Amino acid sequence: MKRYSVFAIAREALRHHSGWDRAWASPEPRASYDVVIVGAGGHGLATAYYLGKNFGITNVAVIEKGWLGGGNTGRNTTIIRSNYLQDPSAAIYEKARSLYETLSQDLNYNVMFSPRGVMMLAQTHHEVRGYLRTAHANALQGVATEFITPQRVKELCPIMNIDGPRYPVLGALWQPRGGTARHDAVAWGYARACSAMGMHIIQQCEVKGVRSEGGAVTGVETTKGFIGCNKLGIVVAGHSGQVADMAGFRLPVEAVALQALVSEPIKPCMDVVVMANTVHGYMSQSDKGEMVIGGGTDGFNNFTQRGSFHHIEETLRALVETFPMLSRLKMLRQWGGIVDMTGDRSPIISKTPLGNCFINCGWGTGGFKAIPGSGWAMAELMAKGEPGPLARDFNLWRFREGQFIDESVAAGVAH
Amino acid sequence: MLTLTCPCCGVTAEETELAPGYEAHLKRFGPGSTDAEFESYMFARKNPKGVHFERWRHAYGCGKWFLAARCTATLEVFGTYPAQTTEPPAAILDAIRARRPDWKA
Repeated sequence: MKRYSVFAIAREALRHHSGWDRAWASPEPRASYDVVIVGAGGHGLATAYYLGKNFGITNVAVIEKGWLGGGNTGRNTTIIRSNYLQDPSAAIYEKARSLYETLSQDLNYNVMFSPRGVMMLAQTHHEVRGYLRTAHANALQGVATEFITPQRVKELCPIMNIDGPRYPVLGALWQPRGGTARHDAVAWGYARACSAMGMHIIQQCEVKGVRSEGGAVTGVETTKGFIGCNKLGIVVAGHSGQVADMAGFRLPVEAVALQALVSEPIKPCMDVVVMANTVHGYMSQSDKGEMVIGGGTDGFNNFTQRGSFHHIEETLRALVETFPMLSRLKMLRQWGGIVDMTGDRSPIISKTPLGNCFINCGWGTGGFKAIPGSGWAMAELMAKGEPGPLARDFNLWRFREGQFIDESVAAGVAH
Repeated sequence: MLTLTCPCCGVTAEETELAPGYEAHLKRFGPGSTDAEFESYMFARKNPKGVHFERWRHAYGCGKWFLAARCTATLEVFGTYPAQTTEPPAAILDAIRARRPDWKA
Protein backbone atom coordinates (compact mmCIF):
# COMPACT_ATOMS: atom_id res chain seq x y z
CA MET A 1 0.00 0.00 0.00
CA LYS A 2 1.36 3.38 -0.96
CA ARG A 3 0.82 5.87 1.84
CA TYR A 4 -1.28 8.92 1.12
CA SER A 5 0.51 12.14 2.06
CA VAL A 6 1.13 15.65 0.86
CA PHE A 7 4.34 14.36 -0.77
CA ALA A 8 2.38 11.67 -2.62
CA ILE A 9 0.02 14.34 -3.97
CA ALA A 10 2.96 16.49 -5.05
CA ARG A 11 4.69 13.51 -6.70
CA GLU A 12 1.56 12.47 -8.56
CA ALA A 13 0.80 16.04 -9.59
CA LEU A 14 4.10 16.02 -11.51
CA ARG A 15 3.21 12.83 -13.43
CA HIS A 16 -0.42 13.35 -14.34
CA HIS A 17 -1.68 11.23 -11.43
CA SER A 18 -0.62 8.05 -13.19
CA GLY A 19 0.89 6.37 -10.13
CA TRP A 20 -2.10 5.90 -7.83
CA ASP A 21 -2.83 2.28 -6.93
CA ARG A 22 -6.23 0.78 -6.43
CA ALA A 23 -7.20 1.35 -2.80
CA TRP A 24 -7.87 -2.34 -2.22
CA ALA A 25 -7.35 -5.58 -4.15
CA SER A 26 -10.23 -7.73 -5.42
CA PRO A 27 -8.83 -11.28 -5.29
CA GLU A 28 -10.59 -14.55 -6.00
CA PRO A 29 -11.37 -16.41 -2.77
CA ARG A 30 -8.96 -19.04 -1.44
CA ALA A 31 -10.25 -22.46 -0.35
CA SER A 32 -10.18 -21.49 3.31
CA TYR A 33 -9.23 -18.81 5.81
CA ASP A 34 -8.70 -18.59 9.55
CA VAL A 35 -11.55 -16.11 9.80
CA VAL A 36 -14.39 -15.36 7.40
CA ILE A 37 -16.50 -12.28 8.05
CA VAL A 38 -19.82 -12.04 6.24
CA GLY A 39 -20.67 -8.46 5.39
CA ALA A 40 -18.28 -5.77 4.15
CA GLY A 41 -20.02 -2.81 5.70
CA GLY A 42 -18.40 -0.58 8.27
CA HIS A 43 -18.81 -3.04 11.16
CA GLY A 44 -17.51 -6.07 9.22
CA LEU A 45 -14.49 -4.23 7.83
CA ALA A 46 -13.70 -2.69 11.22
CA THR A 47 -13.85 -6.17 12.77
CA ALA A 48 -11.35 -7.44 10.19
CA TYR A 49 -9.11 -4.39 10.67
CA TYR A 50 -8.88 -4.77 14.46
CA LEU A 51 -8.40 -8.54 14.15
CA GLY A 52 -5.26 -7.73 12.20
CA LYS A 53 -4.15 -4.68 14.12
CA ASN A 54 -4.83 -5.81 17.70
CA PHE A 55 -4.42 -9.58 17.39
CA GLY A 56 -2.19 -10.14 14.33
CA ILE A 57 -4.80 -12.32 12.61
CA THR A 58 -4.54 -11.49 8.91
CA ASN A 59 -5.63 -14.70 7.17
CA VAL A 60 -9.08 -13.16 6.90
CA ALA A 61 -11.71 -12.84 4.17
CA VAL A 62 -14.52 -10.32 4.26
CA ILE A 63 -17.26 -11.41 1.87
CA GLU A 64 -20.01 -9.15 0.64
CA LYS A 65 -23.20 -9.81 -1.30
CA GLY A 66 -23.28 -6.43 -3.01
CA TRP A 67 -20.54 -3.86 -3.00
CA LEU A 68 -18.38 -2.59 -0.20
CA GLY A 69 -20.18 -0.21 2.14
CA GLY A 70 -23.29 -0.36 -0.04
CA GLY A 71 -25.76 -1.22 2.71
CA ASN A 72 -26.52 0.86 5.76
CA THR A 73 -22.96 2.24 5.81
CA GLY A 74 -23.90 4.17 2.69
CA ARG A 75 -27.41 5.03 3.83
CA ASN A 76 -27.14 6.69 7.22
CA THR A 77 -27.01 10.29 8.43
CA THR A 78 -23.37 9.95 9.68
CA ILE A 79 -23.99 11.20 13.22
CA ILE A 80 -21.40 10.27 15.85
CA ARG A 81 -22.19 10.65 19.55
CA SER A 82 -21.88 8.66 22.77
CA ASN A 83 -24.30 10.36 25.18
CA TYR A 84 -26.07 7.18 26.26
CA LEU A 85 -27.66 6.49 29.61
CA GLN A 86 -26.73 2.87 30.26
CA ASP A 87 -23.12 2.08 31.20
CA PRO A 88 -22.46 -0.67 28.61
CA SER A 89 -23.80 1.56 25.80
CA ALA A 90 -21.83 4.61 26.92
CA ALA A 91 -18.67 2.48 27.11
CA ILE A 92 -18.83 1.05 23.60
CA TYR A 93 -20.11 4.21 21.89
CA GLU A 94 -17.51 6.35 23.67
CA LYS A 95 -14.81 3.87 22.63
CA ALA A 96 -16.04 4.25 19.06
CA ARG A 97 -16.16 8.06 19.26
CA SER A 98 -12.65 8.24 20.69
CA LEU A 99 -11.36 5.92 17.92
CA TYR A 100 -13.02 8.18 15.34
CA GLU A 101 -10.91 11.08 16.64
CA THR A 102 -7.72 9.51 15.29
CA LEU A 103 -9.17 7.21 12.65
CA SER A 104 -7.88 9.22 9.69
CA GLN A 105 -4.32 8.94 11.03
CA ASP A 106 -4.71 5.26 11.97
CA LEU A 107 -6.01 4.30 8.53
CA ASN A 108 -3.98 6.83 6.54
CA TYR A 109 -7.30 7.71 4.92
CA ASN A 110 -9.26 10.89 5.48
CA VAL A 111 -12.59 9.90 7.03
CA MET A 112 -13.41 13.59 7.50
CA PHE A 113 -14.38 13.23 11.15
CA SER A 114 -15.84 16.56 12.15
CA PRO A 115 -16.36 16.91 15.92
CA ARG A 116 -18.70 19.83 15.44
CA GLY A 117 -20.87 19.03 18.44
CA VAL A 118 -24.18 17.21 18.81
CA MET A 119 -27.15 18.66 20.67
CA MET A 120 -30.22 16.70 21.60
CA LEU A 121 -33.09 19.11 22.15
CA ALA A 122 -35.33 18.85 25.18
CA GLN A 123 -38.75 19.99 24.00
CA THR A 124 -40.88 18.69 26.86
CA HIS A 125 -40.35 18.82 30.64
CA HIS A 126 -40.12 15.05 30.60
CA GLU A 127 -37.18 15.30 28.22
CA VAL A 128 -35.50 17.97 30.37
CA ARG A 129 -35.53 15.57 33.32
CA GLY A 130 -34.38 12.70 31.13
CA TYR A 131 -31.42 14.61 29.68
CA LEU A 132 -30.39 16.02 33.07
CA ARG A 133 -30.22 12.43 34.23
CA THR A 134 -28.23 11.42 31.15
CA ALA A 135 -25.81 14.34 31.68
CA HIS A 136 -25.20 13.17 35.27
CA ALA A 137 -24.79 9.55 34.11
CA ASN A 138 -22.35 10.67 31.41
CA ALA A 139 -20.30 12.57 34.01
CA LEU A 140 -19.92 9.32 35.96
CA GLN A 141 -19.12 7.38 32.79
CA GLY A 142 -16.43 9.85 31.71
CA VAL A 143 -18.36 11.01 28.65
CA ALA A 144 -18.12 14.78 28.22
CA THR A 145 -21.68 16.13 27.93
CA GLU A 146 -23.56 18.96 29.57
CA PHE A 147 -27.11 20.22 29.79
CA ILE A 148 -27.34 23.68 28.21
CA THR A 149 -29.93 26.45 28.36
CA PRO A 150 -32.22 27.50 25.47
CA GLN A 151 -30.18 30.69 25.08
CA ARG A 152 -27.01 28.68 24.60
CA VAL A 153 -28.86 26.48 22.08
CA LYS A 154 -29.79 29.61 20.15
CA GLU A 155 -26.19 30.84 20.22
CA LEU A 156 -24.90 27.54 18.91
CA CYS A 157 -27.58 27.19 16.27
CA PRO A 158 -29.05 30.59 15.32
CA ILE A 159 -31.38 29.24 12.63
CA MET A 160 -33.44 27.52 15.31
CA ASN A 161 -36.74 28.86 16.62
CA ILE A 162 -36.65 28.11 20.35
CA ASP A 163 -40.03 29.63 21.26
CA GLY A 164 -42.37 26.97 19.99
CA PRO A 165 -45.36 27.36 20.25
CA ARG A 166 -45.96 23.63 20.04
CA TYR A 167 -42.43 22.36 20.68
CA PRO A 168 -40.48 25.08 22.55
CA VAL A 169 -36.80 24.35 23.19
CA LEU A 170 -36.33 24.02 26.95
CA GLY A 171 -32.65 23.07 26.84
CA ALA A 172 -30.43 20.50 25.25
CA LEU A 173 -27.98 17.73 26.01
CA TRP A 174 -24.77 18.97 24.40
CA GLN A 175 -21.85 16.75 23.46
CA PRO A 176 -19.17 19.05 22.06
CA ARG A 177 -16.96 16.20 20.78
CA GLY A 178 -19.73 14.46 18.87
CA GLY A 179 -20.15 15.19 15.19
CA THR A 180 -20.16 13.57 11.79
CA ALA A 181 -17.80 11.69 9.47
CA ARG A 182 -17.77 10.78 5.81
CA HIS A 183 -19.60 7.46 5.74
CA ASP A 184 -18.12 6.03 2.50
CA ALA A 185 -14.62 7.01 3.56
CA VAL A 186 -14.98 5.00 6.77
CA ALA A 187 -15.75 1.84 4.77
CA TRP A 188 -13.14 2.60 2.11
CA GLY A 189 -10.47 3.48 4.67
CA TYR A 190 -10.98 0.26 6.61
CA ALA A 191 -11.07 -1.76 3.37
CA ARG A 192 -7.81 -0.24 2.17
CA ALA A 193 -6.11 -0.88 5.51
CA CYS A 194 -7.40 -4.50 5.59
CA SER A 195 -6.24 -5.12 2.03
CA ALA A 196 -2.81 -3.73 2.92
CA MET A 197 -2.57 -6.31 5.73
CA GLY A 198 -3.15 -9.07 3.15
CA MET A 199 -6.81 -9.70 3.94
CA HIS A 200 -9.18 -10.58 1.11
CA ILE A 201 -12.20 -8.42 0.44
CA ILE A 202 -14.51 -10.36 -1.86
CA GLN A 203 -17.42 -8.41 -3.27
CA GLN A 204 -20.38 -9.73 -5.31
CA CYS A 205 -20.22 -12.96 -3.31
CA GLU A 206 -23.44 -13.93 -1.60
CA VAL A 207 -23.58 -16.43 1.25
CA LYS A 208 -26.04 -19.21 0.45
CA GLY A 209 -25.49 -21.50 3.39
CA VAL A 210 -23.43 -22.15 6.51
CA ARG A 211 -21.75 -25.56 6.78
CA SER A 212 -21.05 -27.03 10.20
CA GLU A 213 -19.74 -30.26 11.67
CA GLY A 214 -20.15 -31.52 15.21
CA GLY A 215 -21.76 -28.26 16.35
CA ALA A 216 -19.00 -26.02 15.00
CA VAL A 217 -18.84 -24.03 11.81
CA THR A 218 -16.57 -25.27 8.99
CA GLY A 219 -17.29 -22.74 6.28
CA VAL A 220 -19.84 -20.97 4.11
CA GLU A 221 -21.44 -21.86 0.78
CA THR A 222 -21.32 -18.84 -1.48
CA THR A 223 -22.06 -17.88 -5.06
CA LYS A 224 -18.29 -18.20 -5.60
CA GLY A 225 -18.16 -21.70 -4.13
CA PHE A 226 -17.43 -23.11 -0.71
CA ILE A 227 -15.09 -21.08 1.51
CA GLY A 228 -13.79 -22.88 4.59
CA CYS A 229 -13.03 -21.11 7.86
CA ASN A 230 -12.08 -21.79 11.46
CA LYS A 231 -14.15 -18.90 12.73
CA LEU A 232 -17.14 -17.17 11.19
CA GLY A 233 -18.34 -13.65 11.95
CA ILE A 234 -21.83 -12.63 10.85
CA VAL A 235 -22.00 -8.84 10.51
CA VAL A 236 -24.85 -8.24 8.09
CA ALA A 237 -27.22 -5.79 9.84
CA GLY A 238 -30.67 -6.00 8.21
CA HIS A 239 -30.20 -9.53 6.91
CA SER A 240 -28.85 -10.97 10.18
CA GLY A 241 -31.97 -13.10 10.60
CA GLN A 242 -31.49 -14.69 7.17
CA VAL A 243 -27.83 -15.62 7.75
CA ALA A 244 -28.58 -16.79 11.31
CA ASP A 245 -31.30 -18.99 9.84
CA MET A 246 -28.66 -20.64 7.58
CA ALA A 247 -26.52 -21.17 10.69
CA GLY A 248 -29.48 -22.76 12.46
CA PHE A 249 -30.44 -20.31 15.18
CA ARG A 250 -32.98 -17.52 15.64
CA LEU A 251 -32.41 -13.96 16.70
CA PRO A 252 -34.50 -11.48 18.68
CA VAL A 253 -34.32 -9.14 15.71
CA GLU A 254 -36.85 -7.60 13.35
CA ALA A 255 -35.92 -5.72 10.19
CA VAL A 256 -37.66 -2.42 9.49
CA ALA A 257 -37.03 0.48 7.13
CA LEU A 258 -35.46 3.73 8.32
CA GLN A 259 -35.45 6.69 5.99
CA ALA A 260 -33.32 9.76 5.48
CA LEU A 261 -33.38 12.60 3.02
CA VAL A 262 -31.32 15.58 1.90
CA SER A 263 -32.28 19.05 0.75
CA GLU A 264 -30.82 21.02 -2.10
CA PRO A 265 -27.36 22.36 -1.18
CA ILE A 266 -27.30 25.80 0.44
CA LYS A 267 -24.65 28.05 1.97
CA PRO A 268 -23.36 27.08 5.44
CA CYS A 269 -26.04 27.90 8.01
CA MET A 270 -25.67 25.28 10.74
CA ASP A 271 -22.37 23.97 12.13
CA VAL A 272 -23.72 21.56 14.73
CA VAL A 273 -25.78 18.37 14.63
CA VAL A 274 -29.27 18.77 16.08
CA MET A 275 -31.47 15.91 17.20
CA ALA A 276 -35.05 16.46 18.27
CA ASN A 277 -36.37 13.26 19.76
CA THR A 278 -39.83 14.48 20.73
CA VAL A 279 -40.70 15.09 17.11
CA HIS A 280 -38.19 12.46 16.00
CA GLY A 281 -36.14 14.33 13.49
CA TYR A 282 -32.43 15.01 13.28
CA MET A 283 -30.46 17.25 11.01
CA SER A 284 -26.97 18.36 10.10
CA GLN A 285 -25.45 20.17 7.15
CA SER A 286 -23.13 18.20 4.92
CA ASP A 287 -19.90 19.58 3.50
CA LYS A 288 -21.68 19.93 0.18
CA GLY A 289 -24.28 22.17 1.86
CA GLU A 290 -27.21 19.77 1.84
CA MET A 291 -29.31 19.57 4.97
CA VAL A 292 -29.17 15.88 5.93
CA ILE A 293 -32.35 14.85 7.70
CA GLY A 294 -33.36 11.62 9.36
CA GLY A 295 -36.60 10.51 10.93
CA GLY A 296 -38.25 7.55 12.59
CA THR A 297 -38.59 3.97 11.48
CA ASP A 298 -41.56 2.36 9.85
CA GLY A 299 -43.52 0.14 12.18
CA PHE A 300 -43.60 -3.03 10.10
CA ASN A 301 -41.12 -5.61 8.78
CA ASN A 302 -39.71 -4.45 5.50
CA PHE A 303 -36.74 -5.47 3.34
CA THR A 304 -37.34 -3.13 0.41
CA GLN A 305 -34.93 -0.28 1.32
CA ARG A 306 -37.75 2.20 0.86
CA GLY A 307 -40.07 3.47 3.54
CA SER A 308 -43.45 5.07 3.94
CA PHE A 309 -43.94 8.60 2.70
CA HIS A 310 -45.95 9.72 5.69
CA HIS A 311 -42.94 9.25 8.00
CA ILE A 312 -40.98 11.78 5.97
CA GLU A 313 -43.95 14.10 5.97
CA GLU A 314 -44.25 13.86 9.77
CA THR A 315 -40.52 14.44 10.29
CA LEU A 316 -40.44 17.52 8.09
CA ARG A 317 -43.68 18.93 9.44
CA ALA A 318 -42.24 18.82 12.96
CA LEU A 319 -38.79 20.10 12.01
CA VAL A 320 -40.24 23.09 10.12
CA GLU A 321 -41.52 24.51 13.39
CA THR A 322 -38.08 24.31 15.00
CA PHE A 323 -36.27 25.34 11.79
CA PRO A 324 -38.64 27.73 9.96
CA MET A 325 -36.17 28.26 7.10
CA LEU A 326 -36.63 24.60 6.09
CA SER A 327 -40.05 25.46 4.69
CA ARG A 328 -38.30 27.24 1.77
CA LEU A 329 -36.06 24.31 0.90
CA LYS A 330 -36.63 21.68 -1.75
CA MET A 331 -35.83 18.12 -0.76
CA LEU A 332 -33.59 16.45 -3.32
CA ARG A 333 -33.27 12.79 -2.45
CA GLN A 334 -34.83 10.31 -0.09
CA TRP A 335 -33.77 6.75 0.65
CA GLY A 336 -34.29 3.94 3.13
CA GLY A 337 -32.08 1.40 4.85
CA ILE A 338 -33.03 -1.89 6.48
CA VAL A 339 -32.20 -1.73 10.17
CA ASP A 340 -32.14 -4.66 12.58
CA MET A 341 -34.03 -3.82 15.74
CA THR A 342 -33.68 -5.85 18.93
CA GLY A 343 -36.16 -5.94 21.78
CA ASP A 344 -34.16 -3.57 23.99
CA ARG A 345 -32.80 -1.47 21.10
CA SER A 346 -29.23 -2.41 22.01
CA PRO A 347 -26.86 -4.38 19.78
CA ILE A 348 -25.77 -8.01 20.00
CA ILE A 349 -22.03 -8.83 19.94
CA SER A 350 -22.00 -12.43 20.96
CA LYS A 351 -21.12 -16.05 20.66
CA THR A 352 -23.94 -18.07 19.13
CA PRO A 353 -25.43 -21.54 19.65
CA LEU A 354 -23.17 -22.68 16.77
CA GLY A 355 -19.53 -23.17 17.78
CA ASN A 356 -16.89 -20.79 16.37
CA CYS A 357 -19.67 -18.66 14.91
CA PHE A 358 -20.01 -15.11 16.20
CA ILE A 359 -22.59 -12.46 15.51
CA ASN A 360 -22.57 -8.68 15.55
CA CYS A 361 -25.99 -7.22 14.80
CA GLY A 362 -28.93 -5.32 16.21
CA TRP A 363 -27.42 -1.87 15.87
CA GLY A 364 -30.82 -0.70 14.72
CA THR A 365 -31.01 2.95 13.80
CA GLY A 366 -27.63 3.97 15.25
CA GLY A 367 -24.88 1.77 13.89
CA PHE A 368 -22.65 4.21 12.05
CA LYS A 369 -21.44 6.00 15.17
CA ALA A 370 -20.40 2.67 16.68
CA ILE A 371 -18.35 1.27 13.79
CA PRO A 372 -14.81 1.49 15.30
CA GLY A 373 -15.94 0.40 18.80
CA SER A 374 -18.08 -2.41 17.41
CA GLY A 375 -15.18 -3.68 15.29
CA TRP A 376 -12.83 -3.42 18.27
CA ALA A 377 -15.15 -5.44 20.53
CA MET A 378 -16.07 -7.99 17.85
CA ALA A 379 -12.39 -8.55 16.97
CA GLU A 380 -11.61 -9.25 20.62
CA LEU A 381 -14.53 -11.67 20.84
CA MET A 382 -13.51 -13.51 17.68
CA ALA A 383 -9.78 -13.63 18.49
CA LYS A 384 -10.15 -14.86 22.07
CA GLY A 385 -13.42 -16.76 21.70
CA GLU A 386 -14.72 -14.92 24.75
CA PRO A 387 -16.12 -11.39 24.95
CA GLY A 388 -14.00 -8.59 26.35
CA PRO A 389 -15.27 -5.83 28.64
CA LEU A 390 -16.92 -3.88 25.80
CA ALA A 391 -18.94 -6.80 24.41
CA ARG A 392 -19.71 -8.76 27.58
CA ASP A 393 -23.10 -7.20 28.29
CA PHE A 394 -24.25 -7.33 24.67
CA ASN A 395 -24.59 -11.11 24.59
CA LEU A 396 -27.39 -13.01 22.92
CA TRP A 397 -28.53 -14.54 26.21
CA ARG A 398 -29.46 -11.32 27.97
CA PHE A 399 -33.03 -11.63 26.70
CA ARG A 400 -33.49 -14.99 28.44
CA GLU A 401 -31.87 -13.66 31.62
CA GLY A 402 -33.77 -10.38 31.56
CA GLN A 403 -30.53 -8.39 31.67
CA PHE A 404 -31.56 -5.87 29.06
CA ILE A 405 -29.51 -2.84 28.16
CA ASP A 406 -32.69 -0.93 27.85
CA GLU A 407 -31.93 2.08 25.69
CA SER A 408 -35.44 1.96 24.26
CA VAL A 409 -36.76 3.05 27.63
CA ALA A 410 -33.74 5.27 28.34
CA ALA A 411 -34.09 7.20 25.11
CA GLY A 412 -37.85 7.05 24.85
CA VAL A 413 -37.44 6.47 21.10
CA ALA A 414 -35.45 4.28 18.79
CA HIS A 415 -32.01 5.84 18.64
CA MET B 1 -48.20 3.04 0.07
CA LEU B 2 -49.40 -0.04 1.90
CA THR B 3 -53.17 -0.59 1.70
CA LEU B 4 -55.01 -3.29 3.60
CA THR B 5 -58.68 -4.24 3.71
CA CYS B 6 -59.97 -4.54 7.25
CA PRO B 7 -61.91 -7.83 7.50
CA CYS B 8 -63.93 -6.46 10.43
CA CYS B 9 -65.48 -3.38 8.80
CA GLY B 10 -64.61 -4.02 5.14
CA VAL B 11 -62.92 -0.67 4.67
CA THR B 12 -59.82 -0.57 2.48
CA ALA B 13 -57.44 1.67 4.41
CA GLU B 14 -53.95 2.96 3.75
CA GLU B 15 -51.24 2.72 6.34
CA THR B 16 -51.73 6.09 8.03
CA GLU B 17 -55.05 4.67 9.21
CA LEU B 18 -53.50 1.44 10.46
CA ALA B 19 -51.22 0.52 13.34
CA PRO B 20 -48.78 -2.38 12.86
CA GLY B 21 -48.59 -5.10 15.52
CA TYR B 22 -45.74 -7.33 14.25
CA GLU B 23 -45.71 -11.14 13.99
CA ALA B 24 -48.99 -13.04 14.13
CA HIS B 25 -49.77 -16.55 15.37
CA LEU B 26 -47.27 -16.48 18.24
CA LYS B 27 -47.96 -19.22 20.75
CA ARG B 28 -48.04 -17.70 24.17
CA PHE B 29 -46.03 -19.11 27.08
CA GLY B 30 -46.53 -17.93 30.62
CA PRO B 31 -46.09 -19.29 34.15
CA GLY B 32 -44.86 -22.87 34.21
CA SER B 33 -43.10 -22.71 30.86
CA THR B 34 -39.37 -23.16 30.46
CA ASP B 35 -37.00 -20.19 30.13
CA ALA B 36 -36.32 -21.11 26.52
CA GLU B 37 -40.04 -21.22 25.65
CA PHE B 38 -40.67 -17.89 27.32
CA GLU B 39 -37.68 -16.29 25.60
CA SER B 40 -38.78 -17.65 22.27
CA TYR B 41 -42.30 -16.28 22.75
CA MET B 42 -41.15 -12.91 24.01
CA PHE B 43 -38.20 -12.14 21.74
CA ALA B 44 -37.36 -14.61 18.95
CA ARG B 45 -39.03 -13.58 15.72
CA LYS B 46 -39.28 -15.14 12.27
CA ASN B 47 -38.47 -11.84 10.52
CA PRO B 48 -38.70 -13.51 7.08
CA LYS B 49 -37.60 -11.88 3.85
CA GLY B 50 -40.70 -12.86 1.94
CA VAL B 51 -44.11 -14.08 3.09
CA HIS B 52 -44.99 -12.84 6.56
CA PHE B 53 -48.11 -13.04 8.72
CA GLU B 54 -48.72 -9.94 10.79
CA ARG B 55 -51.08 -8.34 13.24
CA TRP B 56 -52.56 -4.99 12.28
CA ARG B 57 -55.11 -2.73 13.95
CA HIS B 58 -57.51 -0.51 12.08
CA ALA B 59 -56.57 2.24 14.56
CA TYR B 60 -58.27 5.22 12.91
CA GLY B 61 -61.24 3.20 11.68
CA CYS B 62 -63.19 0.50 13.46
CA GLY B 63 -60.35 0.03 16.00
CA LYS B 64 -60.33 -3.78 15.64
CA TRP B 65 -57.30 -6.08 15.33
CA PHE B 66 -56.96 -8.25 12.26
CA LEU B 67 -54.24 -10.30 10.54
CA ALA B 68 -52.57 -9.84 7.17
CA ALA B 69 -50.37 -11.95 4.89
CA ARG B 70 -47.77 -9.78 3.21
CA CYS B 71 -44.44 -10.07 1.43
CA THR B 72 -41.72 -8.12 3.23
CA ALA B 73 -39.46 -8.17 0.16
CA THR B 74 -41.95 -6.60 -2.27
CA LEU B 75 -44.68 -5.17 0.02
CA GLU B 76 -47.24 -7.26 -1.92
CA VAL B 77 -50.35 -8.06 0.13
CA PHE B 78 -51.84 -11.55 -0.23
CA GLY B 79 -54.91 -10.97 1.91
CA THR B 80 -56.30 -10.14 5.33
CA TYR B 81 -58.28 -12.29 7.72
CA PRO B 82 -59.85 -12.13 11.18
CA ALA B 83 -57.65 -12.17 14.27
CA GLN B 84 -59.66 -15.02 15.83
CA THR B 85 -57.62 -17.70 14.03
CA THR B 86 -54.66 -19.73 15.23
CA GLU B 87 -53.28 -20.30 11.74
CA PRO B 88 -53.73 -18.74 8.29
CA PRO B 89 -56.95 -19.88 6.57
CA ALA B 90 -56.78 -22.06 3.43
CA ALA B 91 -57.91 -19.24 1.13
CA ILE B 92 -54.96 -17.09 2.23
CA LEU B 93 -52.51 -19.98 1.81
CA ASP B 94 -53.90 -20.61 -1.70
CA ALA B 95 -53.48 -16.93 -2.56
CA ILE B 96 -49.86 -17.04 -1.38
CA ARG B 97 -49.07 -20.27 -3.28
CA ALA B 98 -50.62 -18.83 -6.44
CA ARG B 99 -48.11 -15.97 -6.29
CA ARG B 100 -45.17 -17.79 -4.62
CA PRO B 101 -45.12 -21.42 -5.85
CA ASP B 102 -41.82 -22.10 -4.03
CA TRP B 103 -43.04 -20.85 -0.67
CA LYS B 104 -43.02 -23.29 2.25
CA ALA B 105 -45.16 -22.64 5.29
